[in-house]
Amino acid sequence: MSEVLVLLGTTLAASSGIPGLFLGRRTPAGQWLATLLTVAAAGFGLSGVGVFWAWGDSRPIDVPWPIVSGAAFAVAVDGLSALFLVPVFLISLLGSVYGLGYWKQSEHPENGRKLRLFYGLLTAGMALVVVARNGILFLAAWEVMALAAFFLVTTEDHQRPAREAGWIYLVATHTATLVLFALFALLHAASHSFALVPLKDGAATPGMLTAIFVCALVGFGVKAGIMPLHVWLPSAHAIAPSHVSALMSGVIIKMGVYGLFRVTSLLPNPPLAWGGTLLGLGVVSGILGVAFAIGQHDLKRLLAYHSIENIGIIIMGLGLALLGRSVGRADLVVLGAAGGLLHVWNHALFKALLFLGAGSVIHATHTREIDHLGGLSRRMPYTAFCFLVGAVAICGLPPLNGFVSEFLVYLGLFGSLTRDKGSAAAGAALAAPALALIGALAVACFVKVYGAVFLGTARSPHADDAHESGPSMIAPMGVLVACCLVIGLAPGWVAPLLAQGVSAWDRSLDNAGAELAAAPLGWVSLMGLVLLAGLLLGGGLLWCCLRRSDVARGATWGCGYVAPTARMQYTSSSFAQMLVGLFARVLLPRTRRPAVVGLFPQGTAFHSDVPDTVLDRAVLPAFRSGAWLFSWFRVFQQGSIQTYILYIFLALIALLLWRGP
Amino acid sequence: MDITHNAVHIILAFSMPPLLLGVIAKTKAVFAGRVGPPVLQAYYDLAKLFRKGSVFSTTTTWVFRAGPVVGLVTAGLAVLLVPLVHDKTPIPFTGDFILLAYLFGLGRFFTASAALDTGSAFEGMGAAREVTFACLAEPALFLGLLVLAKLSGSLSLATMLAKPDWVNAGASLALVLLSWFIVLLAENSRIPFDDPNTHLELTMIHEVMVLDHSGPALGMILYGAALKFFVFGALIVRLAIPVATDYPWLDWPIFVGGMLAVAVAVGVVESTMARLRLTHVPILLVAACLLSAFGIILLMR
Repeated sequence: MSEVLVLLGTTLAASSGIPGLFLGRRTPAGQWLATLLTVAAAGFGLSGVGVFWAWGDSRPIDVPWPIVSGAAFAVAVDGLSALFLVPVFLISLLGSVYGLGYWKQSEHPENGRKLRLFYGLLTAGMALVVVARNGILFLAAWEVMALAAFFLVTTEDHQRPAREAGWIYLVATHTATLVLFALFALLHAASHSFALVPLKDGAATPGMLTAIFVCALVGFGVKAGIMPLHVWLPSAHAIAPSHVSALMSGVIIKMGVYGLFRVTSLLPNPPLAWGGTLLGLGVVSGILGVAFAIGQHDLKRLLAYHSIENIGIIIMGLGLALLGRSVGRADLVVLGAAGGLLHVWNHALFKALLFLGAGSVIHATHTREIDHLGGLSRRMPYTAFCFLVGAVAICGLPPLNGFVSEFLVYLGLFGSLTRDKGSAAAGAALAAPALALIGALAVACFVKVYGAVFLGTARSPHADDAHESGPSMIAPMGVLVACCLVIGLAPGWVAPLLAQGVSAWDRSLDNAGAELAAAPLGWVSLMGLVLLAGLLLGGGLLWCCLRRSDVARGATWGCGYVAPTARMQYTSSSFAQMLVGLFARVLLPRTRRPAVVGLFPQGTAFHSDVPDTVLDRAVLPAFRSGAWLFSWFRVFQQGSIQTYILYIFLALIALLLWRGP
Repeated sequence: MDITHNAVHIILAFSMPPLLLGVIAKTKAVFAGRVGPPVLQAYYDLAKLFRKGSVFSTTTTWVFRAGPVVGLVTAGLAVLLVPLVHDKTPIPFTGDFILLAYLFGLGRFFTASAALDTGSAFEGMGAAREVTFACLAEPALFLGLLVLAKLSGSLSLATMLAKPDWVNAGASLALVLLSWFIVLLAENSRIPFDDPNTHLELTMIHEVMVLDHSGPALGMILYGAALKFFVFGALIVRLAIPVATDYPWLDWPIFVGGMLAVAVAVGVVESTMARLRLTHVPILLVAACLLSAFGIILLMR
C-alpha cells in the first residue's frame, strides 16, 4: 500500500508543472495548478510514509523493465526510505506554496513555467531515488534529479553567474554519476544482480568492498557536498531561486547522504578504516564548512556553506555508526546512525527555513549582500522571528531540534570512550571537541548574520524600503518553525521512527528501539520545557520591573560621539574578521587595501572576500591543464556527422571482434 | 536527604554568586593597598539596579530585552546541572554536560545579538570578540570533559566529578585543571582576557556588549554573569578538591571554602597580570585546548 501511495505522489509531482506549459505566460492558473498538484503529491507521498509507519504495510513492487538485462522497476519502502521521503515531500510542498508569493508567474513570465516543470521533476526524481531497489532504476531517477536541478539552478539563464554556477554544477554532478556507474558495476560484479540487496559474507573480497565503498564515498560525497568535493554547492545554492535553494540544500544534498547510508547498509563487515575515514571527513567538512561560511558576504552563499557544515555532522554520525558496526558496539551504531538520520531531518527543516527567510529578505530588498542590509526586524517582524528560530536551531542550541541530533552524536562520541577501555573506536571521542568547535563557530556565524541583516539600522536604501512578505511566504516558514519546536521539545515522538531507520540500515541489530530509548530524550524534552518556562518567567520578571520603573527612549550610547550614522555600525565583515584571521591559512582571504597617501587622502574603497579555496586553487587549475591535454583529441572532432557515424561503426566492429568468438 | 541536599544546592547556588564578585574585588583591593568596596557590594548593586529606571535606545527591538533574560535564565538553569558536593545534582542525566555547554551557547547567542541590536560599533566589537573567543574556549572545555568521561566511565556530570582519581591520573587532571582555569577566566571575561573595570570601551569584551543596558536589565546581566562564574568555579572546585566525606555539615563548608579560594585565585591573577593584547588572546586559549588534549592523550595509552 505505501509503495503505491508514494508512486502516486511521485507521478503527481512529476506532472505538476505540465499543465502550466499549455497555459498562457501571464495567467496565474498554471502556478496554482502546479501548487495544487504538489500539495496532492505531498499528501499521497506523506500518507504512504504514514501507512508504512503505522502498519508496517510494505509490499515491494518489482516489475521487469527490459531496457538493460538486469534492470527492473523495483520499488520498496523501508525504515530508511521512509525517513528520507518525509523531507522530499514536505519541503517540496512548502517550497511550492512559497513560490506562489516569491516567484509569481506574472512577475517571471519568461521562466516561471520552466521552473515549475523542473521543480516537479526534481521532487519526483528524489522520491524515486529513495524508494528504488534496483541499480538501473536508481541511476535513472538519480539523473532525472540531477538534470532537473541543473535547469533549476539556471532558472535565470540570461544572467552570467547563473550559467557559470549551472555549468560547474553540471560538471560536478556528472563526474559523480560516472563514479556511480562504476559503483553499480562493481556491486553487480559482486552480487551478479542490480537488485539493491545486502551482499552476503564472502561475496566479494575486502579489496572489492573497499572499492565499492570508495566509489560510494566519492559519487555520493559530491552530491552531499562533503569537503573537499563540495565545489559546486556554494554558487549553485546562492544562484537558484530561494525556494529551490531550500529544496536543494534541505533535500537534494541529502540524497547523497541517503546513497551513503543505503550502500553502507548493503556492505558486510565494514573495516575500521571506513568509519574512521567518514568521521575524519565529517570533522573536516564541519569545521571548514562553517569557517568558510563565516567569511561570506552573500547571505545565500553563507547558508550554502552551512550546508557543508551540517553534512559534516551527519557524516560524523554515519562514521560513528560504521565504527560501531566494526567493533560490534550496538550503542554506537544506534546513537551515530540515529543522530545522523535525525540531523538529516533537522537540517532539512531549519535550512529550508533559513533559505525561505533569506528569500523573503531578498524579495523585499533585492540584494543578497549582508552588508547592505540591517534593521529588517522592524520592517519584517515575522520573517525576522522565523529566521531567528532557524538560526538558533542550526547552531544546535536548546530547546530546538538541532540540539537533539547533535546531542545524540555527542553521546555516541563520548560513549566510544567510556564503556570499554582501549578499544579501537576510542579515537572517535576526539571528534567531540571538534563538534563543540563547530557549534561555537556556528553561533558566531549566525549572530553575525542575524545581527547584520535584522538588527541595528538599515545600511542602504534597499533595506530601508523593505516590506514584509505576504502570507503565502510566511506560512511555510511558520510550519517549519513549528516542526523545529516540536522535534526539539518532543524528540521521544520521532525516536521510534529513527529506530526503524537504524534497523533498516543495520539488519543485524535487533533492539535499536531499546538502545535508543536508553538515550535520555525524556530529559531533553523536560529540560527544553523548563528552559521555555524559565524564559517566560524571566521575561515576565523583566516586564514587571520595567513597568514599575521609568523607561526612557534615547539614542544608542556612542561613547560620547553625538552624530552616529548607520554606516558606523559594525559590519558583518568586521564581525567575522578575527575568525577569518584565525583560519586564514585555509580560507586564504583576498583583500584589496587602498594605499593611503598624503595628509588628506581622497575617498577610496576597501574590498575583502573569501573565495572557495578548493575550487579556485585546485579544481579550476586542474581543469585548465586538463583542457590543454584534451585539446589533442580535437583532431578527431571533424564536425561532420558522417565521421562520427564512422567512429561508432568502427567501435562496434571492434567490440564485436573482441567479444565475438 | 535528597530534598535537603537539593534545597541547600539551590539556595547556595542562587545566593552565593554575587559574593564571589565581592571577594575578587576585595582581593584586588588588598593587593593594590586599598580598602576596596565591601564584600557584599554586588548585592547592593543588584538591589539598586532592580529598582532603577532604564533607558532603551530607539534602534533596539525585543531582541535587546531578550538578551539579559536569556543570559540569566540559561545561567540559572546551568547552576542546577553542576554538582556542588557529592555525586548529586538537582537534575542529573546522561549527557547533562552537553546541555550545560549549549545553554551557555544559547545565552551567548542572545547576549551578542542584543549587543548588535543597538547598532553601535563598540558593542559590535565586543560581540565579535565574545563569540570568537568562545569558539576556542569550548573545545578546551570538552577536551577536559573527555578526560573525566574516560576516567569515570560515566556521562553524567555529577558522577564524572564525584571522585577524580588524582592518584592514578594526577597528571591528566592537573592539565585539565589548568586548562579549565584558563577557560574560567576567558568565559567570565577576567584578566588576562578582559578587564571588567577598564574605562576604555575599545578594549573591552563583555562589558562593552552591555553598554546600553540599564536598570533591571543590567541587573539581570550582572546576576547572570555571577551565576556563570559560579558554574565554572564549581567545576574547578569539584575537580581540584576530590573530597567527599559522608557528613554534609563538613562537605558544604569545604565547597564554600573552595569557591572562595577560586575567587581569591582569580583576584590574585587579576592583580599580578596585565591583560593580554587582543591578538594574543587566541594563543592562550589554544594553549588551554592543548593542555586538555595532552590530558586525554596521557590517558589513551
